[in-house]
Amino acid sequence: MSKLVQVTTSVNGENVSRGVEPRTNLVDFVRYDLELTGSHVGCEHGVCGACTIRLNGNIVRGCLVLAVQADGGTVETIEGLSESGKISDLQDSFLSRNAGQCGSCTPGMLLTADALLEENKKPTRTEIREYISGNYCRCTGYEAIVDAIETTSKKRQGEG
Amino acid sequence: MAGSNGLSIHDRPNSYIGRSVPRPNLSRLLKGRGSYADDVKLPRMLHVAFLRSSLAHAEIIKIETDKASAASGVVAVFTGKELAEVCSPWVGVVTHLEGMRSPPQDVLAVDRVRWQGEPVVAVVAQARALAEDAIELIEVKYKELPLAVNMKTALDADAEVIHKDYENNLCWERNVNVGDVKSAFAEADVVIEEEFQFGRHTGVTLESRSIVADYDPGEEMLTLYQSTQAPHMMQALFAKHLQLEEHKIRIICRDVGGAFGLKAHAYGDEFATVAISKILGRPVKFVADRMESFLADIHARDHVVKGKIGVSKAGKILAIEIDDLTGIGPYSVYPRSSGMEVNQICNLTGGPYKFENYKARGRVVFLNKPPMCQYRAVGHPIAITVTEGLVEMAASAIDMESMEMRKLNMVADDDYPNKTVSGIPVENLSHQASTDKLMEMVNYDEIRDEQKKLRQEGIFRGVGFAALIEVTNPGPAFYGVGGAPISAQDGCSVKLDAKGNLIVGTSITEQGQGAESVISQVVATAVGITPDKIKVISGDTENTPYGGGTWASRGTGIGGEAAAKAGKVIRDSILDVAGILLQNEPSTLDIQNNQVVNKSDGAERMSVAEIGRVVYYRGDTLPKDFQAEMMAVQHYFPKSYPFAFTNSVHCSHLEVDVNTGFIKLLKHWAVEDCGTVINPQNVDDQVRGGVVQGIGGALYEECIYNDQGQLLNGNLADYLVPMSAELPDIVVGHVESKTFESDLGAKGAGEAGTAGAPGAIMNALNDALMPFDVRLTRQPFTPQKVLEAIGKI
Repeated sequence: MSKLVQVTTSVNGENVSRGVEPRTNLVDFVRYDLELTGSHVGCEHGVCGACTIRLNGNIVRGCLVLAVQADGGTVETIEGLSESGKISDLQDSFLSRNAGQCGSCTPGMLLTADALLEENKKPTRTEIREYISGNYCRCTGYEAIVDAIETTSKKRQGEG
Repeated sequence: MAGSNGLSIHDRPNSYIGRSVPRPNLSRLLKGRGSYADDVKLPRMLHVAFLRSSLAHAEIIKIETDKASAASGVVAVFTGKELAEVCSPWVGVVTHLEGMRSPPQDVLAVDRVRWQGEPVVAVVAQARALAEDAIELIEVKYKELPLAVNMKTALDADAEVIHKDYENNLCWERNVNVGDVKSAFAEADVVIEEEFQFGRHTGVTLESRSIVADYDPGEEMLTLYQSTQAPHMMQALFAKHLQLEEHKIRIICRDVGGAFGLKAHAYGDEFATVAISKILGRPVKFVADRMESFLADIHARDHVVKGKIGVSKAGKILAIEIDDLTGIGPYSVYPRSSGMEVNQICNLTGGPYKFENYKARGRVVFLNKPPMCQYRAVGHPIAITVTEGLVEMAASAIDMESMEMRKLNMVADDDYPNKTVSGIPVENLSHQASTDKLMEMVNYDEIRDEQKKLRQEGIFRGVGFAALIEVTNPGPAFYGVGGAPISAQDGCSVKLDAKGNLIVGTSITEQGQGAESVISQVVATAVGITPDKIKVISGDTENTPYGGGTWASRGTGIGGEAAAKAGKVIRDSILDVAGILLQNEPSTLDIQNNQVVNKSDGAERMSVAEIGRVVYYRGDTLPKDFQAEMMAVQHYFPKSYPFAFTNSVHCSHLEVDVNTGFIKLLKHWAVEDCGTVINPQNVDDQVRGGVVQGIGGALYEECIYNDQGQLLNGNLADYLVPMSAELPDIVVGHVESKTFESDLGAKGAGEAGTAGAPGAIMNALNDALMPFDVRLTRQPFTPQKVLEAIGKI
C-alpha cells in the first residue's frame, strides 16, 4: 500500500478531507470512501459513462479522474443534485416516461442530460442522441431517455 | 377463467390493468438511492479477486502463491484444490435433453484450465485493489495443450478432445424428423439452400456480476447479497454444493443492474466467494470488473446453420430443413445447461407457418472458449433469422412479395389451438392480425417508391420483415422435468396492515423490467386499493413466497397471475369483515379506491383502513366464532400448455453506405402480441430495449477470438454495443390475444424484440444490396463484411 495523500474537497456542498491512495480514482473515492453509492462503476476504462460525476462544474468520467485531482475542487454527484432539487424536473420526466429500467446507467445519464441542457437549451432529438452516446444503457434502447430529455427541454422552454 | 364470484379481474372497477402508471421503484433509482450488491458494506468485509487463466487449454503444473500470501492486506489465498474440499463440483446437464453430457466442473480450475479466463486462484484481501496487487505475485506454471476452438472442426477425427473421458467434443445432439422432407424437396418447384452464421457475443449487463457472501458460523446462516434473476434457484444450488441447509440461506437481491439471462447461472467465481466466506466466517465481496466479465460471463449465440427450404411456384412452403452447429465452452453451464438454445432452434424454426415436412439436426460441441448459455431470446434470433431469411430468398426466387408469401403460409388466427411443425402445442396467436397491423404502421409503398428513386442517385435503402413465435411463461417442462432445482411456479403474498395498506411479497424479481410495478397494478386492481398504498417486496428469499424469479419472459404471466389470485383472496377476507360490521351480505359489497362500497350503487360504506383498525386492535367487536385472516398467499403455474407462445412481426428500414459499408438504421417497427398488456409503456420499452439488443447482435456485438482461444476485443472500447446516436426510433404496436390459462391472460413480452430484430435487419440489408446481387448471412453485419460482399475490398 502506498502512502496516503490528503484530499480536501467540497462534495455536494459538504467539505470533506480524507487520506487516499494516489491511485484511487474519483468514483471509487466517492463510492467506497464517502459511501455515495449513487455513482456507478460500469467499465473502469472510460467508455460507458455510468460513473459520470461533476468535477468543478464539468461532467467527467469518475473512473478516469483520480481522487487527488479533486483536491481543492468541487464534486457533485447524483445525491447532491437530487437533494438540491436542481434536476428534479429531469427526474420527473424520466419517471413518467420510464426512462430508466435497471438503474445502472441512470445517475450518469441524468448528469449528462443535465449538462446537455445547460449547454443547449433546445436540443434536437439527434443532438440529444449524440450527446448521450457516451453513456451506455443496455435496457431501454435509449428512446425513452431521449423522450424524457426532450420533454424536459420543452417544459423549460415553456412548451410542455 | 373467472373468479369464484363469476367476475374476472378484467371486470374490476378502477382497473390499473392497461395503464401506464410510473414504476414505484424507479424514483429511488433516479435519485441514486438504489441498493445493488456492490453498494453493500458489512463489518469486517473482505474482497476477493481471481487469477484467471491466461491460456485457453493447459495443464497446471505448479501454482506458487507464497509471495501473494505475504503481500500487504492479503488475508488468504485459495487454489482450486483447496476450494474443492468445501464446494462440490457440478454437472451442467438436464436429463430431458436426452443424451447430453458434461463433465464435473470445479469452482476454480484444479489440474487443467480449459478456457482463457477460467478462475484458477482466489486472493482475499482487505481491499479489491490489494487482492489484485497480490495476484501479480502468483506464479502458475502451465503446460500448453492443443486446442479445440473452431466449432466447424471440433468434431473432426483429428480434433483435440477437451475431456479425456469422452471420445469426441460432442456435448449433445438433437434430431427432429417430421413428415418426409426428401420427397417434399423433390416435389418443390424451388429449393433454396443457405448457410447462416451468428457471432459469439455476451450480455454486457451494465452492473457486472456481484455478490457479497456473509456466513455466520454462530447460526450456521449464510446471507447473500447477489445480483441474480433466480434467488430460490441460487439458494438450492448453494445449499447443495456447500453442504448447507436451504432454510439457512437467505438471498437478497434488491436492485439488479440488468440481467438478460446472464445472471441465472452458476458461476465458479461466485461459488468460490461463498465458499471462502464459509471458510473464513466473514463477509466476502466479489464484483467482476469489466475485463473479467468479458472472459467469465456466459457468452451467447455462436451458431452456424445450414438451412434449406422448398416451395411451390404458388409460394406454399413444402419443407424446411436445418442443420445447426453451436460451439459452447468446455462445460455445459449449470444448472440450465448449454443445450437449450439448440433445443429452442429445433422447436421454433418455421414457427409462424403451416407446413408438413421438417427436419432439424442440432449439435452442441465443447470448445476451449468461455461457457455459452441462455441469453435474452434464447435460440429465437437464430431460428427466426434462418426461417425468415429462407422465406425471403424463396419469395424472391418465385418473384413474389415476401409478405404475400408469409401471409399465404401463416397459421390462420382462427386455426387455434394448433401445434408447431415440431409438435409443440400452441394455444392462440395472431399472425394475421399482427401482420395487418404492421402493414398499417409501415408506409410500405412509399418506402418502395423512394427506394427506386434513391437507387438512381446511388443511395441504397432496404426494407425487411421477420415474423416469429416466442416462448413465454414456461411450465415445469422447461427445467424442472430435467432435474434442475428451478421453480416454474410463483407465489404472491398480500398482507393488510392496520392502516389499510397492502404489503405484497412476490417471488418474481426486478431487474428493471417493471416487475414490481406489474405486481402492484395487478394487486391494486384485484383488491380495489390504490397503488400508492401498496408496497411490493421482491428479491428476498426470506420475505417472499417460493418461486422461479424473472427470466424466460415469465414474470408477468406467472407471477402476475399469482398476484391476481392473492388479491382476490384478501379482497374476500376484507369484505367478510365489512359484511359483519355493516350487517350486509359480503357479496353485495366491493372495494374501490380504498373504500368498501355497495356493489349496486357504488356508495361508500367504510374505509379499508377502518377494517384494518378493527381487525388488529378491536377484534373484541367481532363475533366470537369469527377469526379475520388478513394475509393471503397464492401460487400459480400454467398447467394446460407447456409454454404460452406469443407472436410478433418486425420491419426494419435501413440505408447502406456502399462506400464505407456502414449501415444506418432509419426506422424499426414491431407489432407484439403478449396477451393482456398490464402497463403499455413498460411493454413498449421492453420491446424497444429488446430490439436494440437484437440490433447489437445483428450489427455490432461480437467476441472475436484468435486460433489460440484468446479474446481480442475484451473491453468496452473494442467490443461494440449499441449507442444512442446510431439507433432509430422504434415504433411498437400491439394485438392482445389473451391466454385462457389464467384469469389475467398475460403472456411474456421481454424477448420478442431481441428475437425478431436480427432477421428483419438481415432481410432489409439484403434488400438494400439487391442491385449488387449479393447476400449477407453472417452476423454481425460489419462494414467490412458489407464492403467485402460488394467487392469494394
